[in-house]
Amino acid sequence: MNGVTLHGISARRRRTDKVMRASLFAATLIALVPLVLIIYYLLYKGLKAWSGSFFTTDPNGNFFGNPGGVRSAIFGTLEIVGLATLIAVPIGICVALYLTEYGKDGPFASVVRYFVDVMTGVPSIVFGLFIYIVLVISHAGGTGFAAWKGSLALSLLMLPIVIRSAEVVLLLVPDSLREAALALGAPRWRVVTRVVLPTATPGLVTGSLLAISRGMGETAPLLFTVSLAFGLTGNLNAQMNSLPLQIFTDITNPRSVIVTRAWGAALTLVALVLILNLVARAVSRRSRMA
Amino acid sequence: MEASSATVSGDRSALQRSPLHRLPDRVLRWGLTALAVLILALLVYFFIRLIGQSHLALSKFGFSFVFGNDWDVSRNIYHGAALVVGTLITSAIALLIGVPVAVATALFLIELCPRRARTPLSILVDLLAAVPSVVYGLWGVFVLGPKLIPVERWFANTFSFIPFLGGGGSSITPGNYFIAGLILAIMILPIVSAISREVLATVPPEHKEAALALGATRWEMIRMAILPYARPGITGGAMLGLGRAIGETIAVVLVIGDAPTIGHHIFDQGYSLAAVIANEFGEAANTPIHSSALFAAGLVLFVLTLIVNIIARWFVARGTRGMRAAGDITDAVDAATVGSGALQ
Repeated sequence: MNGVTLHGISARRRRTDKVMRASLFAATLIALVPLVLIIYYLLYKGLKAWSGSFFTTDPNGNFFGNPGGVRSAIFGTLEIVGLATLIAVPIGICVALYLTEYGKDGPFASVVRYFVDVMTGVPSIVFGLFIYIVLVISHAGGTGFAAWKGSLALSLLMLPIVIRSAEVVLLLVPDSLREAALALGAPRWRVVTRVVLPTATPGLVTGSLLAISRGMGETAPLLFTVSLAFGLTGNLNAQMNSLPLQIFTDITNPRSVIVTRAWGAALTLVALVLILNLVARAVSRRSRMA
Repeated sequence: MEASSATVSGDRSALQRSPLHRLPDRVLRWGLTALAVLILALLVYFFIRLIGQSHLALSKFGFSFVFGNDWDVSRNIYHGAALVVGTLITSAIALLIGVPVAVATALFLIELCPRRARTPLSILVDLLAAVPSVVYGLWGVFVLGPKLIPVERWFANTFSFIPFLGGGGSSITPGNYFIAGLILAIMILPIVSAISREVLATVPPEHKEAALALGATRWEMIRMAILPYARPGITGGAMLGLGRAIGETIAVVLVIGDAPTIGHHIFDQGYSLAAVIANEFGEAANTPIHSSALFAAGLVLFVLTLIVNIIARWFVARGTRGMRAAGDITDAVDAATVGSGALQ
């Protein structure tokens, strides 16, 4: 035979390949270790705190005896995040509508997109500071710290998430649907309200739920805007309790019952966030726009 | 007759709508535009107000606010080098630990992992982003911090000859730079990994096939064909992670030790820009210069994250070359923000 003899891959190269592939696999396992550990400790320590009275009593601030549960924190979180959702979701979807239906690739739309991207990277504490400077120091609405100011801070944080996810979904609505409606003589606003929005609804719901689950876990913005209260209140113009802040203040408390309450509250919070995530995932899977 | 069928009245064609009919259209169009303008204006207004509130401290301390090392609340002196250094050290540790793991995870999921396991594993990695930062703090204070002390002491004593890494073995406390960096590494892992996955998916199959056809092993293919192509995008992802790490507040304030001094080694206590704001703003409310100093710290933080994010976006855009991939990256950022791959 004339010509080249083909050598197999040398043992050294084979070994390097094996080692590197194994290390990539190991790194993936390492990445999952914190998740497993956190969930384990949340269940292990958090479930000890869960009881009937944990969910039906408010924290009372007593130095001795039963510290109370987290009822007001759960309701406070729901109220604050609920109001933030009412602000961020409609505005976010409207801005996304502007981007997809009117702005398209124009210069102003590009500026808006860029700012939205920049907003995604702004630390949540800075949004808290913004609202603190503009609304809390000036005692807007007659009070310093107030739940609605926290909702505003959270909505600033949720806005870019809503806009970005809504824009992606609205772009998925086929242009042929828009063209068909326009050809039938529908004015632009009817095309938007009767064709584009209904087609995109499941996707919009998914994006909004994910934004809500993000806002729910934020602590820093609430620290500067809502502060803390013990009791249950429906007054959005007053200080209010919330799960993240309850956990944050409980961590630094030297009493072990209160630290246990922090674990229970953390488990509650993570459960709420995960449920929202799962619902969002289910909504998006049930109606993949094809 | 033909003419009258084409025009209704005056100069308006039958095919045009009456002005009244067009009104909702205009309202919608200009309303939406106005809303977008309003949000931009609001952001700019907030920024100007933040500068206004920081002015007192910045004019008094000047550049020494960032470069001077003396943060003393009792004497009302606010030279925040210790805070800047703390922010940079913890972020650097986060990148050193988090980015290699995140990129390795992305490489495994895209190139090596069996197709059926890819989605569930990706979802699990993304779930790390769904854990609220206060829960990371709680876990760091009561589980990770105490458990790591023996390891940190052993490390510091064994490698005490390396400046900055070793030394001070017996004085190590649960709160220090290293543990804050480690928790930040876990927190930035999902975003860096998600972006790396998107970038890796854009590598043309021809490049990989060519490498394999030339006799490269899988690892050589990754090293010589994939990584060089994906490097700018991965760099961008790492920068976005850096932006996150710099701005993280609640988890860091709980585990960094809260000492406004520059530590001598990575197991020393320290402080960060975000942490000092969260910790001191309550007591600062009645001292104008103190609260102004905290606002200035917020301003430095804001500008720092802004610069990092702008550079990151530039890298990501350069690394993906093409609209489709750029759109996917945005999705990946969103997904990693909220801890779910549901958007993709």
